[in-house]
Amino acid sequence: MMLAWIWSDWPWTLDTVVRLIFAIVVVLLPAGVTVYLYLFKMVSFMQSRLGPMEAGPYGSMQLLAEVGKNLQKEDIFPAKADRTIFALAPYVVLMSTFLLAVVIPFGPQATFVNLDTGVFFALAVSSVSVVGVIMAGWASASKYSLLGGLRAAGQLIAYELPLILAVVGVVIQAGTLNLQGIVTAQTQGEIFGFGGLGHPFILTQFIGFFIFLVAVQAELTQVPFDMPIAESELVSGYMTEYSGFRFLMFFIAEFATANIFAFLGATLFLGGWQVPPFVHDLLGVDANWQYFNLIGPGVMLFKMLVLTFVVYWVRFTFPRFREDQLQKFAWKFLIPLSLVNIAITGVLKVAFS
Amino acid sequence: MTAISDRRQLAYIAAQAADARVNIELEAEGMTLNIGPQHPATHGTLRIVARLDGEQVVEANPIMGYMHRGYEKLAEVRTYPQVTALINRIDWLGSFANEVPFILASEQLMGIEAPERAQHIRTILFEMARIANVTLFLGDMGVQLGAVTPIFYAFRDREHILNQIESATGGRFHPNFDRIGGLKDDLPAGWIDETKRSLKEIRKFCDQMEDLIIGNEIFQARTRNIGVIPADIALSYGMSGANLRASGVDWDLRRDSPVGLAYDKVDWKVWTHTDGDSFARYWVRLQETRESCKIVEQLLDTIPSGPIMAKVPRIIKVPAGEAFIETENPLGVMGYYVVSQGGLEPFRVKIRSASFSNMSISPWLLKGAYVPDVITILASLYFILGDIDR
Repeated sequence: MMLAWIWSDWPWTLDTVVRLIFAIVVVLLPAGVTVYLYLFKMVSFMQSRLGPMEAGPYGSMQLLAEVGKNLQKEDIFPAKADRTIFALAPYVVLMSTFLLAVVIPFGPQATFVNLDTGVFFALAVSSVSVVGVIMAGWASASKYSLLGGLRAAGQLIAYELPLILAVVGVVIQAGTLNLQGIVTAQTQGEIFGFGGLGHPFILTQFIGFFIFLVAVQAELTQVPFDMPIAESELVSGYMTEYSGFRFLMFFIAEFATANIFAFLGATLFLGGWQVPPFVHDLLGVDANWQYFNLIGPGVMLFKMLVLTFVVYWVRFTFPRFREDQLQKFAWKFLIPLSLVNIAITGVLKVAFS
Repeated sequence: MTAISDRRQLAYIAAQAADARVNIELEAEGMTLNIGPQHPATHGTLRIVARLDGEQVVEANPIMGYMHRGYEKLAEVRTYPQVTALINRIDWLGSFANEVPFILASEQLMGIEAPERAQHIRTILFEMARIANVTLFLGDMGVQLGAVTPIFYAFRDREHILNQIESATGGRFHPNFDRIGGLKDDLPAGWIDETKRSLKEIRKFCDQMEDLIIGNEIFQARTRNIGVIPADIALSYGMSGANLRASGVDWDLRRDSPVGLAYDKVDWKVWTHTDGDSFARYWVRLQETRESCKIVEQLLDTIPSGPIMAKVPRIIKVPAGEAFIETENPLGVMGYYVVSQGGLEPFRVKIRSASFSNMSISPWLLKGAYVPDVITILASLYFILGDIDR
């Protein structure tokens, strides 16, 4: 009886179930692809080794093996851990990933939720993961975890600001906070009267794009900003005490969030799910052609792979900063730079419109 | 029965005491962080007890001895040729270099000198042990700073040298090749050309590390002016090797007292750096690797012909006396003080290993450093646990 509402509006229920399944696919499938392509293979080639070769052809089933291994492991709680919070922390971190995924458009109709303030929502929920990280760090009752959790708190708060300020430039240019609207603005835009490529905002917002990439790297706690994890110093930071399934959740959250941020970056700066407008002319179709609901995810996947390539490339090339250097970099360089970028964007927007 | 229950009682008391200590810690300011004995950064079982204020170290003490194997005592119950198999394991990355000072001390006691060809090949293998050792440091420093890639290049290119050591001596890591009065064997055919080829790879590796690590701005920001050791402090703590030369002290036993080795026959340079920080220590080691390549290349061209072994009795009995020989090993100065009472075994062997003295500066050096810098400083001091604990 309690669940009568499920049957009362059957199309809505079906719609929600389909959306949920797709949300899980959108988060997990690209995570698997990038982890195999980049974390296992590209990095191995960078480091003059082969990477996994045994599980499946060229080790392509390695990820399944890793998941299976982690599922079999014992779920260990440290003796002095705060059990409830310790158990909840990975879910909070993973929740932020899913919340971030739901606003991203993959086609003219292929969105989970088409929020008017999509950018605002995305940037707001991206910081929910900090709560989970602090929970994990504190509840583990380990000094290494505590140090890692506190470092993460300081870092993620410092880099939230440049991330938001970098996106403000895009919002000014597009004139909307709706992510679908930002994609449309990029398709309809022109560069010096030439509309064949549309107007991907990377061309005018390249400073914003650079700041966005740096801030995303810091949000993801990847090298050179991986102090919260810092394998050689803090063993694994806030994840030190986790094992088995809960560690797997952190692992998925880490790499899935990388993809979701890359999706977001592709939407904001690279034209989103749209192909360049000259393709519309070649195919003789409208910009909102219904088959873009199928083509769009593919286009997004390609753009996401390009951006995550940069993320992993940097990750396995640079050494890491120290905590104070990271804060200095954020507050003394990135934030002033993004403010200057906003000012210039605003002036030019008024001048050219 | 009673013994077990006693032990349980003691364990319970110890656990209570540990809890009480933790409680005091939570109340007092700051916290105590145990870095090690099992920790990714200490590459071995070094333990550092650091008292922290926030992330700053108030006091840090290294606790050594988790891997003590008692080589000095074990050497007393082994014959002289058997000792080299043990002392190979002191600095396990540059094993051949450990044998040389002991053999030289024994030779001095016996009044034997190795033939010139043996001295040459000894020097070559000595320097190749240094390259194999320091190559790994050059990559490992990146790992300690969070850059994972260089260590793989280090392992890859060290393999060239290890292959050469293996084909000459039969052992990749622990050659056990040095004998009193010379060497076990002559070099195999074609070895000289092969070695020259692998040295080229090492030079390439050095250039690569200069691009990847020294040229990296983050690396410089993390290491410059971090862990500065002034020259007088370095000398007063008995530091040696590249750590000392990075503080600006121009002291290298290879040049200053080349006992029984062929360093005086080649043209090379001792590099020093005036800064004394972590960056200087890395830079000096990188230059020294290139210098080692230079030394080996010159020696390969000038190996004299002749016997590989001096005339040595079948059963080695060392006449009574004492000898102390120091050489410039990969990690610093290594010395053996050998006392003989005329038997088959040494009466006493005192080993002066470089890492032990180099580590003793860490309480002074780590005071006031941040936790990430603790790792950088320890990595740049470059110790090997076997060399600390023996």
